[in-house]
Amino acid sequence: MGVKSFVELDGVSLRYGEVDGTLAIEKVDLGIRAGEFAAVVGPSGCGKSSLMKLVTGLLPPTTGTIRVAGQTVNGPLKIVGMAFQNPTLLPWRNTLSNTMLPFEIVQPHRSRLRFHREEYVALAHKLLAAVGLDGFEQKQPWMLSGGMQQRASLCRALIHNPELLMLDEPFAALDAFTREELWAVLQDLWLEKKFTCTLVTHDLREAAYLADVIFVMSARPGRIVATHRIDLPRPRTLDMTFQPQFVEILHKIRNEIAQARNEVRGVATSAKVAAS
Amino acid sequence: MTRNRRRLELAMPWIVIIGLLIVWQAVVQIFQIRQFVLPAPTAIIDAFFEYRAPIMDHALFTLLNTLIGFGIGIVVGVLLGIFIGSSRLVYAGLYPLLVGVNSVPKAAIVPILVLWMGIGQPPAITTAFMLSFFPIAVNVATGLATVEPELEDVLRSLGASKLDILRKVGLPRTMPYFFASLKVAITLAFVGAVISETIASNDGIGYLMLQAASQFRVPLMFAGVFVIAAMGIATYVIFALLEGRFTSWATRRQETHFGGG
Repeated sequence: MGVKSFVELDGVSLRYGEVDGTLAIEKVDLGIRAGEFAAVVGPSGCGKSSLMKLVTGLLPPTTGTIRVAGQTVNGPLKIVGMAFQNPTLLPWRNTLSNTMLPFEIVQPHRSRLRFHREEYVALAHKLLAAVGLDGFEQKQPWMLSGGMQQRASLCRALIHNPELLMLDEPFAALDAFTREELWAVLQDLWLEKKFTCTLVTHDLREAAYLADVIFVMSARPGRIVATHRIDLPRPRTLDMTFQPQFVEILHKIRNEIAQARNEVRGVATSAKVAAS
Repeated sequence: MTRNRRRLELAMPWIVIIGLLIVWQAVVQIFQIRQFVLPAPTAIIDAFFEYRAPIMDHALFTLLNTLIGFGIGIVVGVLLGIFIGSSRLVYAGLYPLLVGVNSVPKAAIVPILVLWMGIGQPPAITTAFMLSFFPIAVNVATGLATVEPELEDVLRSLGASKLDILRKVGLPRTMPYFFASLKVAITLAFVGAVISETIASNDGIGYLMLQAASQFRVPLMFAGVFVIAAMGIATYVIFALLEGRFTSWATRRQETHFGGG
């Protein structure tokens, strides 16, 4: 972990409930540099989403410290964009107005919005056009397809130029083609704006295509069992994901996850044997 | 075909009401039912026109009591709903009490209210209020309590305060619940006002009916019932229209799914 880490976790554990509650995350150390694209992969239930909540300050860690931009996190951060598997757009607002929601909350935009509305609307139009949503600004969310809703959700997460973007399986509910399209959209946005990004996913191809660094987590309690740097050139193409070098990376990560799962299953079996 | 169906849909309530009245009239005439048991619709209409001036006076009095009680019910219900819906602690503390208050038959409360406020308008307004605030409070609280946690996370990570979340997400999201509760609450407010007028008042439809009953003027009683029903339906329709106008995003979604598949 260099000094330059933008996001830094130091011995972070998270236990839900009281002393005997479930241990969701155990002694995680990791660092993400400014402008870096990190992915967190692991079996389901390994605490990936909890890790996101910890980093954004929505949950306090049980032990350990979390620093973002050099500051210890002890409350919700105010500079983060978030997107989830569920697009969570507000159904009573049209796409444009949904995208502009952060401007109504984050300073200094909040105070400026009223008298500089045109300027902000132009920004939103530009971003929506960049993800292929031009012409849909006035549509209500339920008029959009799932993929379009997710594009709008990404726009909402990015419109205020957050320093940190947190994505929690944002493409998991989409069909394969739409998902790949959105990978490219996200990569383009990231290459242009260079925000620090953390992507939680269970799709290894997605992680390896998008990320600079992949953290592999074990099953509950979640620990980081491996860190991979993906040094493929940018912009990456979908064709690259079928090349031997790429497939080799996937295989390696896959084995690590399988191992992590087996360890847990092994423990469970031996416990059962001991009990009987 | 769809246009004819739509027209039929609009005509259905009238067809049912008129059909019911015809059956009623026929039953009364065929079986020679005496007027003080069940008056025929024509007799009720005659009674209505004969006494329309006093009926309208009393009806307006009831309507006024209902609307004032309902108005207070909206204000208290919404504030209480926000209060309960935004805090788990308040919810735990107040909810059992509210359920208790709501379970007490309001007819049993009226004598107490009379003791405190005298007869006539004050207990009628209070009873209308007491019946109408509960569904509003419960619905508003439900709307607030069911805001998606992820959406809350999005807003909190932008630095939104509790008030911001309430204004931007909580309240707009609660609107469909709120308007649905208004439709229930307005009819309950009528029930409350009439109950109180029946027990302790010298005005209002409730009083009119009680008087008519004591003199065995059964058609007049039924005329009173009809007037209350008509006012109930009219106010219900007004709130249903308001609901459609302010929360079209919540209902239109179903229509598109229906049409678009």
